[in-house]
Amino acid sequence: MGLKNVTAAAAIALSAGVGGAMAQQETLKVGFIYVGPVGDYGWSYEHDKGRLAIEAALGEKVETTFVESVPEGPDAERVLTQMARAGTDLIFSTSFGYMDQVIKVARQFPDVKFEHATGYKRADNVATYSGRFYEGRHVIGLIAGHMTETNTIGYIASFPIPEVIRGINAAYLAAKSVNPDVEFKIVWVSTWFDPAKEADAANALIEQGADVIMQHTDSPAAMTIAEEQGILAFGQASDMLEFGPNARLSSIIDNWGPYYVARAQAVLDGTWESMDTWGGIDSAMTEIGGFSEKIPFAVRKEAMDAAVAIASGRLHAFTGPINRQDGTPWLAPGETASDGDLLGMNFYVEGLEGSIPN
Amino acid sequence: MDLSALDPVALIASLLVAATPLILAATGELVAEKAGVLNLGVEGMMILGAIAGFAVAVESGSPALGFLAAAFAGAALSLIFGLLTQMLLSNQVATGLALTLFGLGLAALIGQPYSGIKPPSTPQLDLPGLSDLPVLGPLLFGHDAMLYLALALVAGSWWFLSRTRAGLILRAVGESHDAAHALGYPVVAIRLGAIAFGGACAGLGGAYLSLIRVPQWTEGMTAGAGWIALAIVVFASWKPWRVLLGAWLFGGVTILQLNLQALGLDIGSAWLSMTPYLVTILVLVLISADRTRVALNAPASLGRVFRASG
Repeated sequence: MGLKNVTAAAAIALSAGVGGAMAQQETLKVGFIYVGPVGDYGWSYEHDKGRLAIEAALGEKVETTFVESVPEGPDAERVLTQMARAGTDLIFSTSFGYMDQVIKVARQFPDVKFEHATGYKRADNVATYSGRFYEGRHVIGLIAGHMTETNTIGYIASFPIPEVIRGINAAYLAAKSVNPDVEFKIVWVSTWFDPAKEADAANALIEQGADVIMQHTDSPAAMTIAEEQGILAFGQASDMLEFGPNARLSSIIDNWGPYYVARAQAVLDGTWESMDTWGGIDSAMTEIGGFSEKIPFAVRKEAMDAAVAIASGRLHAFTGPINRQDGTPWLAPGETASDGDLLGMNFYVEGLEGSIPN
Repeated sequence: MDLSALDPVALIASLLVAATPLILAATGELVAEKAGVLNLGVEGMMILGAIAGFAVAVESGSPALGFLAAAFAGAALSLIFGLLTQMLLSNQVATGLALTLFGLGLAALIGQPYSGIKPPSTPQLDLPGLSDLPVLGPLLFGHDAMLYLALALVAGSWWFLSRTRAGLILRAVGESHDAAHALGYPVVAIRLGAIAFGGACAGLGGAYLSLIRVPQWTEGMTAGAGWIALAIVVFASWKPWRVLLGAWLFGGVTILQLNLQALGLDIGSAWLSMTPYLVTILVLVLISADRTRVALNAPASLGRVFRASG
């Protein structure tokens, strides 16, 4: 009994001491939650590079923490709540499936600022951000259309959210524009990160004749299989060159660092406010990795020109005429897609086969 | 859609590969559970085996050494669990969960320098004549040695558990540790042996992922395979041959649904992704319909702490 009281008193004294210390130093606490391990060499890996960029840029003024492999759904709420309770000032939640949990926890902690990647729900203390990865998909789609010999491109998709569907459509339209015979085979694996399943999907696609693989999942497993089977692939989220020195043609790299540093700085300056950022090739949030020597010079030039034209606003990845899969018109000739249309995209464009899972 | 584009031989070959890590891990866990030990740390032991096998194979250039190291690493990790639960009498469920977390973290730490490295490839067993047979060749004789070892392991476990005196003693320990103790059998030593065997098998299963099935090292690459192996042990109602069935069923449905999608079969892929789990649940329901039989199959002392008395 006596011992218990002493322990309790000590605990209170300790926590008071810690609280006092925190109030004195004015370091900004920045937290990150990742859907995969930081070592996935894809999506979460790049977010963690962004976290390290904050540390490098702001040094002693910030303190960063992260929790990795947090499943989308209820678990995220627990982690977010813990982070907010621990006195974190700014929390980056880096997967689409955290959306509702972020909004819910943000309501309970109005003083904590939240940033949610790839989502569309905002609040006074919740900002959203994402890259216009479809611009990168357009560029690699061009390359894929030229490089495929079997005219079959395999696509490993994760979940049927607008982000993923937009990527498929952008890549398909670009590939089709340079190669009218091209066909996309799409496999939905219902996971962001499961190397074994991603590898199995790649093998299944190769079995069906795909000689170029694109992916919208987080691990380099498909790249490894492409290298092993002697076909071609693109790095996703990260460059992935080391996983496929012969197979990798190019890559779409997510570059979060500059945005993360700017947002942390904004909190320090007191200028942070809720907003939506969608950075494309122009802002360097979406980067195109180096081109492989395997790509003929003319194709490299065409891809580079497209990237430059997109960055300067002269070219939009979704420019009409484009019909929906069922043949109904979507964009009139010369018309470009609005951001609203892109953010809610839930249909395949004309020419793609199969249907989007619910 | 043209189903004839689906090559059944290639399909079954990839099914066998997909099922092998599960067969290895589940067989090891089955033997441990038969001895009355519930080790929920399979995922942790698998991932440690995956990186230990990968690292040693890369450093030595020999996949065989890699697999050996994976077995040792899995066994070593499992003996931490053994020490805690058998000597210090900690709760098996909590300790097993902790082992998974520890294994995942330790593997990530060891794996830091091993990203983007290609492991030496494991040679396929090439039997002159036999491997060149039209259908049977690739189906039966065209695989790596580990795949056959996994099958041999299932057969060996069955033989050991049901046909040998040592296996009978192991099962006795799992059914009633007090009775086995009263008869003079070293309960703790036998259980430690079973735990180490389970750890070694899980380690091999992990290395099969990182050296053959994917082949690369990525953090957390087991992605829940250990939990599926645990479910397969229950699915198999603690009978080795049914482990084979469970692993093939699970691996088979996964592979089939991915291939059907690649083929362009237009059925909801969410349903396809669900099917392995749905089938597993269905079979579990069917198996457990007769309660008494399930109770008979589950080791009676499973997960219970043993305190030597007298």
